[in-house]
Amino acid sequence: MTRRHIMFAACGLLAAMLALDLRASPPNPYNAPAVLALGSGAAPVGGFCGAPAGLPGS
Amino acid sequence: MSSTVAIPATEARRRLGALPLTLLLLAGLAGTALFAGARFGLVLALGLGFGLVLEGLRFGFAGPWRAMIERRDPGGILAQLLSIALVAAVALPLLATYPDELVGAQGRIGWAMVGGAFVFGAAMQIVLGCGSGTLVNAGSGNAVALVALPLFCVGSLLGSIHLGWWTELGALPPIVLSGGAGLALTLVALAAVAVLVVALAAPGTRRIQRHHLLAAVLLAGLAIGNLVVAGQPWGVVYGLGLWAAKGAAALGADLSGSGFWAAPVNAATLHGSILTDYTSLTNIGMILGAAWIASHRAGSLDQPAPRLPLRGWVAAALSGLVLGYSSRLAFGCNVGALYSGIATGSLHGWVWFAAAFAGSAFGLRLRPWAGMEGKR
Repeated sequence: MTRRHIMFAACGLLAAMLALDLRASPPNPYNAPAVLALGSGAAPVGGFCGAPAGLPGS
Repeated sequence: MSSTVAIPATEARRRLGALPLTLLLLAGLAGTALFAGARFGLVLALGLGFGLVLEGLRFGFAGPWRAMIERRDPGGILAQLLSIALVAAVALPLLATYPDELVGAQGRIGWAMVGGAFVFGAAMQIVLGCGSGTLVNAGSGNAVALVALPLFCVGSLLGSIHLGWWTELGALPPIVLSGGAGLALTLVALAAVAVLVVALAAPGTRRIQRHHLLAAVLLAGLAIGNLVVAGQPWGVVYGLGLWAAKGAAALGADLSGSGFWAAPVNAATLHGSILTDYTSLTNIGMILGAAWIASHRAGSLDQPAPRLPLRGWVAAALSGLVLGYSSRLAFGCNVGALYSGIATGSLHGWVWFAAAFAGSAFGLRLRPWAGMEGKR
């Protein structure tokens, strides 16, 4: 087995995960936020590794 | 004679083999922008940039720490400090000016956070891959990273479920160095660490290699771009835990009883598309960007997988699990806590740095025992 097989395995697993997720939770482009958060006037809402206020552990 | 014919043929086959990946990446970018939104396509592009820079310019975190501990070679760490300083110089003023639109990488300093960072540092030296390193290594065909990655995701999920219990052991509220004073303090502290590692360095090693210098600047640009586009800093661990959480939910697990996954932000990402989660997008980009570099690097993918003893593969899997769990308790890995934490003024980034570096020194002693290399 070479690194090529491992790279294809990694990309294949990623593709399978995305395909399953797209089927279960298709994105809705009509709910898309502004292109840039900076200047959008909207509060950031994404999940993050840290501990934003209001989350358990915060 | 035969070799002169074989080399161009191999080169042509390699280039031909890389073409579908290039087309796939372009289609993925366009598809994400079209079907999820332009912002998400842009974040995926930033993730690809992270992967291209990290793999293409051989920039990492675990390796340079190992070089400093074992050979007193500070070049890689100096590049990391420079990159963090560049991001801080832009990010901290932006965060101070636009507090309603941008958020930093805050974390709480506590017993579990310190312990988690120490354990993460040890585990990342066993597999020689941190958060970003595991993704990039898996994408470029590293078997150890591919074994560690799925369990990294599972560990991150388990850590998120137990996070409340661990944090109740004792933790301070997030402490943030903000504004002009925060920036000055951050830059002085980064310079002080740079002076310290240079003072401890072996003679003849006190410089940053040119490719690491370039990587430091490019990474800083991408990290600032991440903050401006996504409204939050570059992170890794959250996305990996989300992937495992989605997998668990698909298998019938009910995560609504978890305080972490029941929180509105996390419940929304759990039920939303992966293509709308920023850390997932940059993670995906890092894997694919590294794969693209590897597919264009002559001979890179033709190398055989490493021959490790069984305990080496078991150690890789367990280390992956530990990496995920510990980084969740530590409020991030080398990217979310160290790089983005320090660059956006979170004091927990500094504590993470000290604890993970101590853990790295310990982890390097575990490598031979774990079957990852010959006994020293």
